[in-house]
Amino acid sequence: MSQLDDLYRRVIMDHYKNPRNRGTMDDESVTVNLNNPTCGDRISLQLHIEDGVVKNARFTGEGCSISMSSASMMTDAVKGKSTDEALALAGKFSSLMKGEQVEFDEYEDIDALSGVGKFPARIKCATLAWNALRKGVEHEGQGKVEENVEQ
Amino acid sequence: MDARALRSEFPILDQEINGHPLVYLDNAATSQKPRSVIDAVKRYYEFDNSNVHRGVHTLGSRATDAYEGAREKVARFLNAASAREIIFNRGTTTGLNMVAGGYARQQLREGDEIVITQSEHHSNLIPWQQAAKATGATLKFIPLQEDGSLKLSDVEATITERTKIVSIAYVSNVMGTVHPVKEIAAIAHKNGAIMVVDGAQSSPHMKVDVRDLDVDFYAFSGHKMCGPTGIGALYGKTALLEKMEPIEFGGEMIDFVELYDSSWKEIPWKFEGGTPIIAGAVGLGAAIDFLESVGLDEIDRHGRELSRYAYGRLSEIEDISIYGPSGNRSGLVTFNLGDVHPHDVATVLDTEGIAIRAGHHCCQPLMRWLKVSATARASFYLYNTEEDVDRLVDALVKTKEFFQL
Repeated sequence: MSQLDDLYRRVIMDHYKNPRNRGTMDDESVTVNLNNPTCGDRISLQLHIEDGVVKNARFTGEGCSISMSSASMMTDAVKGKSTDEALALAGKFSSLMKGEQVEFDEYEDIDALSGVGKFPARIKCATLAWNALRKGVEHEGQGKVEENVEQ
Repeated sequence: MDARALRSEFPILDQEINGHPLVYLDNAATSQKPRSVIDAVKRYYEFDNSNVHRGVHTLGSRATDAYEGAREKVARFLNAASAREIIFNRGTTTGLNMVAGGYARQQLREGDEIVITQSEHHSNLIPWQQAAKATGATLKFIPLQEDGSLKLSDVEATITERTKIVSIAYVSNVMGTVHPVKEIAAIAHKNGAIMVVDGAQSSPHMKVDVRDLDVDFYAFSGHKMCGPTGIGALYGKTALLEKMEPIEFGGEMIDFVELYDSSWKEIPWKFEGGTPIIAGAVGLGAAIDFLESVGLDEIDRHGRELSRYAYGRLSEIEDISIYGPSGNRSGLVTFNLGDVHPHDVATVLDTEGIAIRAGHHCCQPLMRWLKVSATARASFYLYNTEEDVDRLVDALVKTKEFFQL
């Protein structure tokens, strides 16, 4: 099962069992509900964006360890970042999933997800939260709830 | 029936996945194909390929004979009164859509009722939702027992004189429940309704006699019963098919065409617009030959035994939840392992060479009823053995250790 250790690094399981930023907030500027109809994973991501900065990010949802730990890491990483920086991180994450050499420096936890790239069936799990982030930034200030389905 | 010997008929099973011999337990999604089916499709393309019903040359008549011969086989397989009652299509989903679109939408009026259950997979739910919306009919659900089975008194209470259509899966693809279709059909008919059966999970596993069951429509797919993908059939009683409208127009289904109006061929051809799936039909015919050579009753017995064995062995694992009835169930077991998400379970099993399904199984309303977002499902077929189940159980124990449950 050594192949599995690549996928399920300790740090991923830690984020899964002790998710950061799980829950809801009252002062969100956008809520994105995203689901993956092929597997039933779903995430509800709330962002509080002010003056182009992600002040706060929280999420709720249901899904596998990969999707939920990715959401935990993502919300941690984007808090305090400008929306441009957050989108740049999302871009880096896409590259990571394509198997490119990318390092997340101060958010090194995310590096642990690099193993997902070797499990093509699981890439969608890992990208769900990041796609919610992209939609959140895109629809910032356009009302509270964005219903969306991941294709 | 010797499952181990049958295994050698399926070339795909003879391979390693991630360094382990393949254990294929995702048969409810699609089954593997025996050499005889693969060869039949190959032979058709190598020697007989041509379009059907229009060729005035030798290949044209060979292709037509092969295609119509397959229709005869399906008719015999289901014990239909005639091959005219068999419509070839893409599979169960298309068959159910044909009935919902071509029959229900024409025949139903506001105030009429369509009765189904909450355990239907999406293909036997959404076509009826749409038909109800289009006609003003009401969609009603027979309540499920705690173990997911149906009680005949609930069936009696749900079907009324307003009910025009009852549509139920013979076998649930999530819980393996075998529904009392014959009894339900009798109740439907007593109330003047027609009985539609989603046969996706029954045709691969058991002898289905549409006349004995006295059902009005029966839809199934070839790919779940050793046949190719993209081919299936809808059985319908002659009188009902004559009342049913095509939902696809053009090509081979026409009789006489004028600029502003046209007429259709007789049944079943009026439902088969365009060039049909000829090689698929040939492959389905070969699959039926294969299943009948093994014996449907034997296959049924094997699936139930394996399922019982799996139920028992899986129950030994601590923290496992198994869904559906422990008794009357077809060849599959649906479960969750503690709080490990089924996708994670499936990925770990895959690294051990074991293929199972994880997710909502195209049954989102049933998942909500079970109060889970997804489940893992191991589904068996005639080539699976107790050793396969043992490998599954061993791998699940490893999964538990891995996730430190």
